[in-house]
Amino acid sequence: MDALDLARWQFAITTVYHFIFVPLTIGLAPLVAAMQTAWVVTKKERWLRLTKFFGKLLLINFALGVVTGIWQEFQFGMAWSEYSRFVGDVFGAPLAMEALAAFFVESVFLGVWIFGWDRVSKKVHLASIWLFALATNLSAFFILAANSWMQHPVGVVYNEATGRAEMESIWAVLTNNTLLAAFPHTITAAFLTAGTFVTGVAAWWMVRLARTKKAENLETARDVYRPAVRLGVWVMIVAGLGVIWSGDVQGKLMYEQQPGKMSSAEALCEGTESAEFSILAVGPLYAGCEDVAHLISIPGVTSYLGTGEFSGPDSYLPGVYDVQEEYAERYGETTADGQEVTYTPPLAVTYWSFRLMMGFAAFSVALALAALWLTRKGRISDNVWLSRLGILAIPMPFVANSFGWIFTEVGRQPWVVAPNPTGIDQVRLLTERGVSTAVPPGVILTSMIVLTLIYAVLAVVWYRLMHRYAIEGVPDAVRDESPEAQDPDDADRPLSFAY
Amino acid sequence: MDLAILWFVIIAVLWTGYLVLEGFDFGVGMLLSILPRGDKEHREKERRVLVNTIGPVWDGNEVWLLTAGGATFAAFPEWYATMFSGFYIPLLIILVGLVARGVAFEYRGKIADPVWARRCDQAIQLGSWIPAVLWGVAFGNLVRGLLLDADHQYVGGFWALLNPFALVGGLTTLTLFLLHGAVFVALKTDGEIRDRAQRLASGLAVVALVVAGGWAIWAQVAYSVTWTWGAVVVAALALLGVVAATRARREGTAFTLSAVTLVAAVVLIFGSMYPEVIPAVDGGNSLTIAEASSTDYTLTVMTWVAVFLTPVVIAYQSWTYWVFRRRLSTKDIPAPAGLSWQKIKDAAF
Repeated sequence: MDALDLARWQFAITTVYHFIFVPLTIGLAPLVAAMQTAWVVTKKERWLRLTKFFGKLLLINFALGVVTGIWQEFQFGMAWSEYSRFVGDVFGAPLAMEALAAFFVESVFLGVWIFGWDRVSKKVHLASIWLFALATNLSAFFILAANSWMQHPVGVVYNEATGRAEMESIWAVLTNNTLLAAFPHTITAAFLTAGTFVTGVAAWWMVRLARTKKAENLETARDVYRPAVRLGVWVMIVAGLGVIWSGDVQGKLMYEQQPGKMSSAEALCEGTESAEFSILAVGPLYAGCEDVAHLISIPGVTSYLGTGEFSGPDSYLPGVYDVQEEYAERYGETTADGQEVTYTPPLAVTYWSFRLMMGFAAFSVALALAALWLTRKGRISDNVWLSRLGILAIPMPFVANSFGWIFTEVGRQPWVVAPNPTGIDQVRLLTERGVSTAVPPGVILTSMIVLTLIYAVLAVVWYRLMHRYAIEGVPDAVRDESPEAQDPDDADRPLSFAY
Repeated sequence: MDLAILWFVIIAVLWTGYLVLEGFDFGVGMLLSILPRGDKEHREKERRVLVNTIGPVWDGNEVWLLTAGGATFAAFPEWYATMFSGFYIPLLIILVGLVARGVAFEYRGKIADPVWARRCDQAIQLGSWIPAVLWGVAFGNLVRGLLLDADHQYVGGFWALLNPFALVGGLTTLTLFLLHGAVFVALKTDGEIRDRAQRLASGLAVVALVVAGGWAIWAQVAYSVTWTWGAVVVAALALLGVVAATRARREGTAFTLSAVTLVAAVVLIFGSMYPEVIPAVDGGNSLTIAEASSTDYTLTVMTWVAVFLTPVVIAYQSWTYWVFRRRLSTKDIPAPAGLSWQKIKDAAF
């Protein structure tokens, strides 16, 4: 493998890994903040117990998101320095803004939240978890602004003299329509992840306690875990609808902005009206279009996803061949060093990642409906199938998130900065031109192996901690630790929390 | 004023924030096995005192690094690209250290087990010693210059980064961070550990005066400009002040002065680089501020963002230091709250 392939694999591994933890933090932080708000407002102890319980899981998860995030910012310069030179004038700004506007808030106020239970007033403490939650979401906005710009560059011009993309309007970059669709899609997917997580864990506990038939356990199931299940279910329902809606908006934009991504996702070889949605395709997808056979298809659905029309002339979608022909004409059949360029992404990866993204998200739908029904009108459930479904469903949105990003990023290939067909056509960069030229392949291979090994160890630790803290359940005894609830004469008491 | 020059100064300010704040984090991490004394149980308590002096703040401190990195990317793409790809291996090692350290801070108390705590302490120490040295090596190389070709690609190779001047630079940051950490511990703790930190700090200040002073004079003679002698004098006076202040048990003053030393070090480093961001060496090319910078438009946007947000960040970050101002001693440390190792091992859904 050459430096390019290695840098690609490294980017894929580290980015997918980083994004295992990020969505749970984005979604769970506001849920924990909501639980704590419920405690402060209603003074009901159950909400404090749930805050402590899910708060601990949030912290275990957040730690890995943080430490794997540093590499994300650094690897653009380290492994993709030519990309960085080309885009830095515009791409660096949202990254710097993320650090200044969001990441400082996150890190500082999370510190206040973790250690501040007995140091700051109840209101200030509550405000810190909300600031943390808002900042994690704001972080996502800036990072997606940077990514959306790679999918659909706006607000820039190409400078012939410097050979780089130069920003003309930060406003255009931050209101990119690709971003305005990707942001809600990512955020609702994060809430779906967190909603599934909360429902899955709480439903498992509710069923477990209900099956003991002991009065005090039934009380805990009803009083503590059922409200958490209901909260998670409603978050899943609202977030799920948001995911579908925002995904639909994205599909239509993608058809305009990155037709190659759309046609590859559908393994649509020839352009057609009323394009069918393929559920199962066989044949050597990896080899390209030639021998693909669609076994199960729904007429018109792909056209609807792309154009909003099931049939008729407006439902026309270009195929892989059409995109190749058009792009070859526009951007040249060969690169500067004479190699032929394939202007559509790898078919098998885009086709399957698109379907797996949607398919894995479906587990959440099943859990939401089952939990909603089984806990209707104040009921608690002792149905063991609910707890099994809950456990099964927890990892599914994580997998769906990963496939979503694999689809987005692989689908953009061969570009690292895809050309904007309606605008500044010259701002485009093939991925192969973005890799660092000064870094030998062996060095990238080394970092890839080192990071993969460390990440693997961390994944085991993370999983075992999450797992074990989840089965520890909500704490039995909680007390109001806030300064206003303390005896002022007891100023020398130990810290309420310490590492 | 030229915006690119303003951004050169802003980047220097961001690095100052990083080195002053994470400098004592690194110091505390490095002192984790050095300062604690007594029997096994007491040592563990003292280690927890140390970890908890920075527990609420270390992550916020580290964001200064991400901001410096992001700001360099936004304001000087060529500098970011050349420097980060040129320093690939040292940066990788630093990042591995930061990852190990961050996770160890957060997970140390999650399992109540002496072996687990030792492993986490090892990770914290590894993740503190390594970056403490390598940041100095990296900055030493920036002062000395890097071998760049005409396209501003670093072509010197990895081993050239380990030249004597840069290695002494690494020794310099190491001693400065150790000192800064010891002074911080003296400021933030109470009891025996405070006394020990104080004694250690006044000794380390003398060592730092020799090591950092030697490196600074080398930098001045070989690579720098006349006016940065001012920074060298300030640093030397500040270090002498640290010796006096720790002996007089004025920990606040000592901490301020060790921070001043780090500020002076950044002034020396950036002052000697100016007007280049990567000076030339061995007949290669240099990369100047003007060549490396973004367009005026981007710099204007980023200036507005920085001018509005940086004071706010400094305000709320300072406030958290006020919130957690209480000195810690072993009697403040509650019983371990983590789950037992047995429970972690037996986990089964």
